[in-house]
Amino acid sequence: MTPLAITDYTLTTCLGAGRAANWDKIERGETGLKPCDFFDISDLSTWIGEVAGVDQQALPASLAAYNCRNNRLAWLALQQDGFLDNAVRAIESYGADRVGVFIGTSTSGIHQTELAYLAARNQLPDWYHYRSTHNVFSVADFVQQALGARGPCIAISTACSSSAKVFASAYRAMATGLCDAAIVGGVDSLCLTTLYGFHSLQLVSPDKCKPFDRERSGISIGEAGGFALLEKTEDARLMLLGYGESGDAYHMSSPHPEGEGALQAMQTALAKAGLASDSIDYINLHGTGTMANDAAESKAVAQLFGERTWASSTKGWTGHTLGAAGIVEAAFGLLSITHNLVPASLHLQQPDPDMHIALPRAAVQQPVRKVLSNSFGFGGSNCSLVLGERV
Amino acid sequence: MKIFIDAVGLAAPGLSSWTEALPVLRGEQAYEAQELDRYKPEQLPANERRRATDLVRMAFRVCEDLLRDNPVSIRRCAAVFASSGGDYPIIDQICKALCEPERLVSPTQFHNSVHNSAAGYWSIATGSRAPSTSISAFDDTFAAGLLEAASLCAIEQLPTILAVYDIKPPEPLQSKRPITLDFGVAFLLSPVESTRSLAQLTLTPAALAAGTPAQVEALEAMRLSNPAARSLPLLELIARRQAGQLLLDANNNPTTIVEVTPCP
Repeated sequence: MTPLAITDYTLTTCLGAGRAANWDKIERGETGLKPCDFFDISDLSTWIGEVAGVDQQALPASLAAYNCRNNRLAWLALQQDGFLDNAVRAIESYGADRVGVFIGTSTSGIHQTELAYLAARNQLPDWYHYRSTHNVFSVADFVQQALGARGPCIAISTACSSSAKVFASAYRAMATGLCDAAIVGGVDSLCLTTLYGFHSLQLVSPDKCKPFDRERSGISIGEAGGFALLEKTEDARLMLLGYGESGDAYHMSSPHPEGEGALQAMQTALAKAGLASDSIDYINLHGTGTMANDAAESKAVAQLFGERTWASSTKGWTGHTLGAAGIVEAAFGLLSITHNLVPASLHLQQPDPDMHIALPRAAVQQPVRKVLSNSFGFGGSNCSLVLGERV
Repeated sequence: MKIFIDAVGLAAPGLSSWTEALPVLRGEQAYEAQELDRYKPEQLPANERRRATDLVRMAFRVCEDLLRDNPVSIRRCAAVFASSGGDYPIIDQICKALCEPERLVSPTQFHNSVHNSAAGYWSIATGSRAPSTSISAFDDTFAAGLLEAASLCAIEQLPTILAVYDIKPPEPLQSKRPITLDFGVAFLLSPVESTRSLAQLTLTPAALAAGTPAQVEALEAMRLSNPAARSLPLLELIARRQAGQLLLDANNNPTTIVEVTPCP
């Protein structure tokens, strides 16, 4: 495929707001996870990745109806690294109707509905606006209006692959001429539904998540927002080189045990990029910290890369940010290229002996030109991205 | 952007399948509202069928209707599942459970609550590992789904199923999201014309304009009462094998001009 330039990007996670704050914690090896104290929860023994200052965010007055935790997080994330200004400039230069907005989210503003039910579950309160807060599309609508774009606009919601798949949809929309540039991103925020829901599936770790460790015991749930600006510019160091999407055709909440769907997504992404697996310098793994995901993913990665390519999960820092994981981990991949540093797989103490992949327990300083980023979701929805310098 | 429609699936009150609905869509038979029966997905294994919600059943109903007379290789088909709000009944049940002191969320309800639940079940049922995505654009969901599916079909050069569906939210959500009837529609899109092709679609963005109403007067109220039913004017043209142009209006997306040319 013809690569697309990533001319700007930003991320906000529990590590901090913006690229520098996030990368600083990666370099120091400091997690952003803490024991769960979200909302009024007292009965869940788990760790969370909460973004600081979300509730202090005030949305633009004209978008007051969008006020909910998820859109406050979107607004906080948009303002980092000068992204908002650069996006607005791009929209002015291309024309508003030529810029698309593609946002991934898993639960959008569902916490607002949880609050409305807790307040009055028989007749929902007047302050509750379903359309502009909870609805899956609310965050895409909010971002589009906050930036002033008027091109194609969708929310993609394929659970934990959502904000990786935005790159594929944006590429296609630009290739068919629906738009000339795209703002892609993902935002997901803490809520009772995911904290209690993943708990009911016994997928939540009582400890900080430890991806690929022999004693890993599940995920830590995080929240995050991130965005990227995609343009057709010919030369940029940071480009979208390939994407691959696949289904597992296996189970609603467990990955294919041999990682067959994951393998297909990675192979397709490499094929679209026109690259062999040995061109990849770093793999940002989905690496959630569940027994099933890490076992399946390592099998698929081992088949393509063996132990030749450094592969780590950054979820030990941020937790699993669900619908935002794709954009957050794409951003870590881009930062890895900029800083020529492979992040460690944080909290990995004793690698599972069945994992035949190259898991770094400490950061590795080396040239990083091309990165593969994996995102896999419930329903067997897989997406891999290849990012880096033009081939 | 040009693509071909090879097959259609449909389910709405009084329009229980594409074949059953043809006389109404052609204006040859009066529309009579009649509630849909609960659908049993044929392709789902028994285990998954038990867990399938009303929303997933609606998605399967229209996809299976589309495949009924079309021997396509389903494992090769990409898919776009588009729903403005997803599984309202499941969201309602989870939010109610979270109001109880124990906050016991059912694991099955939780995995059914993801917006891509129908896509997941569909992949399991058909064995398809082809790309699939699940989207929402609120009331623009039909137009946005059509653009997403047409782009997927054209760029990846894959036959692509587009399923667009919304079901009635239960109270108290209904008061905040008033969708008053269930509606589902599915199209099989192809990048190339074949003997099966029903119509060619040419999609072009346009400046703001009002959407084209349904030709059958009784269906115009239905068109406005469910985001998936914005497809009715297109369904009428395909059913009538009529050439024509229609506008899909939108709030957050450009208006789409759809030029329909029947295939011989």
